[in-house]
Amino acid sequence: MNAVVAEANGLKRHYAVNRGLFRDPATVKALNGASFSLEAGKTLAVVGESGCGKSTLARLVTMIEEPTEGTLLIDGKPVTAGDPDLRRAVQIVFQNPYGSLNPRQKIGAILEEPLKINTSDSAPVRREKALAMMQRVGLRPEHYERYPHMFSGGQRQRIAIARALMLNPKILVLDEPVSALDVSIQAQVLNILMDLQAEFGLAYLFISHDLSVVRHIADDIMVMYLGKPVETGPAEEVFANPLHPYTAALLSATPSADPAGARNRIKLEGELPSPLDPPPGCPFNPRCWRVLDRCRTEEPPLEGPGGHCVACYNPMDGAGEPS
Amino acid sequence: MAHTQALQDKPATAGAMRKAMLKEFWYYFSQNKGAVIGLYVFAAIVIIAVFAPIVAPHSPSLQNREALLLPPFWEQGGQFAFPLGTDAVGRDILSRLIYGARFSLFIGVVVVTLSVSFGVLVGLVAGFFRGWIDTAIMRVMDVILAFPSLLLALVLVAILGPGLMNAMIAIALILQPHFVRLTRAAVLSEREREYVVSARVAGASRLRLMFVTILPNCLAPLIVQATLSFSSAILDAAALGFLGMGAQPPTPEWGTMLADAREFILRAWWVVTFPGLAILVTVLAINLMGDGLRDALDPKLKQS
Repeated sequence: MNAVVAEANGLKRHYAVNRGLFRDPATVKALNGASFSLEAGKTLAVVGESGCGKSTLARLVTMIEEPTEGTLLIDGKPVTAGDPDLRRAVQIVFQNPYGSLNPRQKIGAILEEPLKINTSDSAPVRREKALAMMQRVGLRPEHYERYPHMFSGGQRQRIAIARALMLNPKILVLDEPVSALDVSIQAQVLNILMDLQAEFGLAYLFISHDLSVVRHIADDIMVMYLGKPVETGPAEEVFANPLHPYTAALLSATPSADPAGARNRIKLEGELPSPLDPPPGCPFNPRCWRVLDRCRTEEPPLEGPGGHCVACYNPMDGAGEPS
Repeated sequence: MAHTQALQDKPATAGAMRKAMLKEFWYYFSQNKGAVIGLYVFAAIVIIAVFAPIVAPHSPSLQNREALLLPPFWEQGGQFAFPLGTDAVGRDILSRLIYGARFSLFIGVVVVTLSVSFGVLVGLVAGFFRGWIDTAIMRVMDVILAFPSLLLALVLVAILGPGLMNAMIAIALILQPHFVRLTRAAVLSEREREYVVSARVAGASRLRLMFVTILPNCLAPLIVQATLSFSSAILDAAALGFLGMGAQPPTPEWGTMLADAREFILRAWWVVTFPGLAILVTVLAINLMGDGLRDALDPKLKQS
């Protein structure tokens, strides 16, 4: 029943950066080879720190940008920019609910715009669909006539979700959808997202840096570092048994609500290397405490048994404790 | 709140919707008292200009040899036949002002329409497409802005030939870079916003993005600039008229009247004061109206 709705193979996105008159333009490898598949009704969470290529991935999957290399199949069809059917299949919800709604449009107009562009529905039909969707995400009918600035952050995010769902997409890209919200509102929005997923069989590509949120919502997880996935697998397994040192470090940095619980926090040294000049070998080698000589020269492939893959020559063995 | 309630039960037909939108627009516009006063004054001026032949007591170019430089009626020596006095060749100032309203409003409307439509279009293209189109357009605009505006208008009129129409084209051309710059700056900041990206993801075409998504969000500074330009258009046309390059005498244009009366400033104050007041009142009314228009069109200032 879990049909694959999107499949990415070695997606890469490079940007040319001008460095002034006298130096050659450099290439930023914002995304350097990501492969994954999205299944209907499942959530793939992409985690990693700032600048690891999460948002670039979101822009590629939503076809805002084209990949430099690699293939992306949506619904079994290769993606080409401007294919209206595929446009309808993927929608996005942004991080900042204050910037993602047109301040000049009423909520009704915002929700109806995708229908207006893509379907031949008449005005009353559009209005009916918009009102139905508003009810679905917990907005009242009188909100139809209001402007975005009259709403709170959580309400706006629900409007953004409603707009994304107006075209019945198969895939919803959620680019840090709750990180701008209050914790109490986060739970509300996450619950709506989970209800909608169950109802419509949506595939979520959930981008986040908040591991507690990811733990709550994800089925599968992909940990990225410097434009590359370093560990992928079922969420439970990755959380219980992180194999890549970077994943272990990320997990150990999650705040815990149990003050008495033993915490073994891994502190990473140094900064994320510049994507203009990534280190040779494994991209994580300058910050890794388990580094081998091999890591500095060879790049480990992403592999592993049973869907839990890791790109490391010296993976963690136990339940996440640093050695 | 009552007003929001009233909007709830509207039927979904297009005509009723437009009516409701107008009603809502008027509700917010009328919140601003200054804007309403401006609108009334402006409407009065328009009505007077339209019905000039009926309203004006005399012909604007009829010279009364026996009544040269007559003061207004409340001053000593004034006559009721010439309520605001006469000018140096005995023409009735009130009649000339009434007929002049036609020219001044016409100049303002034509110049602002020309420069706004052209400027907004070019600015939108420059800001939306960036790249070499942007560079080319902005350098041309910089060249236009680098010249003193009146000098450039003079050169243009000298090339095109003197006359009101050519003066208006010249003024529109020198006012238009301001609109280009303003639009481009606003478009640049709006086009990266997430609501534009989500409209793109929803499949909006380029034209729709430009005109439906981005442009309405750039309107606020443009409306203010347009109303200010209305006044500078009238003033620039007056300056060109003064230099003999704009409206040709005996056209009763307010600026030309002002220029003609220059030598009588000390002897006959009414000859310069009334055209000046007419320009002032018109410009003030338009600016007030523009303010209210901007507020009424800005959804951020609306309460729920």
